[in-house]
Amino acid sequence: MSQIWKYVRVTPSGGRVRGVPARSSTTSISLPGTPDHLSSQSTLILRFVMSIMEHNGGSVVAMAGKNCVAIACDLRLGAGAQTIATNFEKIFPVTDRMYLGLAGLASDVVTLREKFRYLTNMFLIKESRPLEPSTFAHLVSSTLYERRFGPYFCEPVLAGLERTPSGSYKPYIVGTDLIGCLNFAKDFIVTGTASDKLFGVAEGLWEPDLEPEDLFETISQTLMNAVDRDAYSGWGAVVHVITPDKVITRTLKGRMD
Amino acid sequence: MATADGGAYSYSLTVFSPSGKLVQIEHALAAVAQGTTSLGIKASNGIVIATEKKSSSILIDDSMIEKVAVICPNIGIVYSGMGPDFRILVAKARKSAQAYWKIYGEYPPTRVLTQEIATVMQQATQSGGVRPYGVSLLVAGYDVHRGPSLYQVDPSGSFWAWKASAIGKNMINAKTFLEKRYNDDISLEDAIHTALLTLKEGFEGQMTEKTIEIGVITVPTTDELEVGKIGGETGRPKPTFRKLTEEEVRDYLAL
Repeated sequence: MSQIWKYVRVTPSGGRVRGVPARSSTTSISLPGTPDHLSSQSTLILRFVMSIMEHNGGSVVAMAGKNCVAIACDLRLGAGAQTIATNFEKIFPVTDRMYLGLAGLASDVVTLREKFRYLTNMFLIKESRPLEPSTFAHLVSSTLYERRFGPYFCEPVLAGLERTPSGSYKPYIVGTDLIGCLNFAKDFIVTGTASDKLFGVAEGLWEPDLEPEDLFETISQTLMNAVDRDAYSGWGAVVHVITPDKVITRTLKGRMD
Repeated sequence: MATADGGAYSYSLTVFSPSGKLVQIEHALAAVAQGTTSLGIKASNGIVIATEKKSSSILIDDSMIEKVAVICPNIGIVYSGMGPDFRILVAKARKSAQAYWKIYGEYPPTRVLTQEIATVMQQATQSGGVRPYGVSLLVAGYDVHRGPSLYQVDPSGSFWAWKASAIGKNMINAKTFLEKRYNDDISLEDAIHTALLTLKEGFEGQMTEKTIEIGVITVPTTDELEVGKIGGETGRPKPTFRKLTEEEVRDYLAL
């Protein structure tokens, strides 16, 4: 979702040739070498066009460590450039050892949170067995793909510990796009308006086999420094570090501006 | 309801008789009791389900008859009662297993699939214009959470988990036999032999690899489970349920 500035052709009457949201701000520029037959009838202008995925802002990152995983999100809720709230958590517990992060359109974040809560509860009641991350990941995927041609504008990130047949736990992190294409990773998963920055910082900071405390430091630094370069994410963060016997949750203050 | 034919309450399936019975369901159970004997035994390291395959004429090519059916790689079922009804249930069960796979990326646990089949059978006791399924089923399956499990489903839609059970014509005798023979730490090999021995009681005609069908659940080792989730080269989990070939059945019968 990198194309924020777009050339849009406008006729002399002001009627838009290509539909763009009326609310977007407009900057006219003169284009040298515009063909006469175009400039006489219509003008190319550069318009600020925002994707619905970026409207509310927000970012999520998950990382795998040694026998532990971490997942973190920022707290901003915006409406375009305007900040509406600074306490909008985007990560929700699914089971004791699995958290789901949802970045994207805030209304869909809430809708999906409720939908997955329903599906999880139904699974646990019907099957009376634990819900493992690998199972839940496929449930997320198929739930999103159900809306293939009218998707929820959310890109989920799942972080959890998967129980192995031998009884130990292994880190499990996965992300999907908005129509549920699973993306498995050994290291980290990023999503949201700061995803490109998060990817870069995580590339630099993450290393294999981090212990819970080190993983906390790594994911916190990654998120904080990435959202500082993103106008649509920030205003503090929440970090969860999941270990086999406990989940450590910390709220962080960042650049509150 | 006192008459042998069920009286006025035997036609509309959805009407209770004054004594609280749904007579059509009892008739369905009678149909099951006429069917060939099938049985299942849960062992410490697996499950065996077996059935007698009887054909009315020596001219019938019995290699084409299938009474033990694979539903998905971890579940198989066998029936007593009406063959055509069984076929419908097999088709529905397979479809349900694949639908589950599409959602969760794994095959259903035995209990979930059994419940699904039981629901289909129950619906046939409460809907208009249909009759109950004339079969009882033995469902053998394996899943990581519960391990190997053996269920019986009846035409009413009720189901139970068994350590060992028998259905069909000779079920009373077979169950008594199994009660004497069963113990909790029986091995799969012993269970297969016990199954054949039980079928032998009251078997009409010669017991050969052509007249016996056997399916087994083999409990995977921890190592097999670790790779099982990834599924090796094909992406398919290694099946825990399989039908024994005629050669294998012959070998068991020879012993």
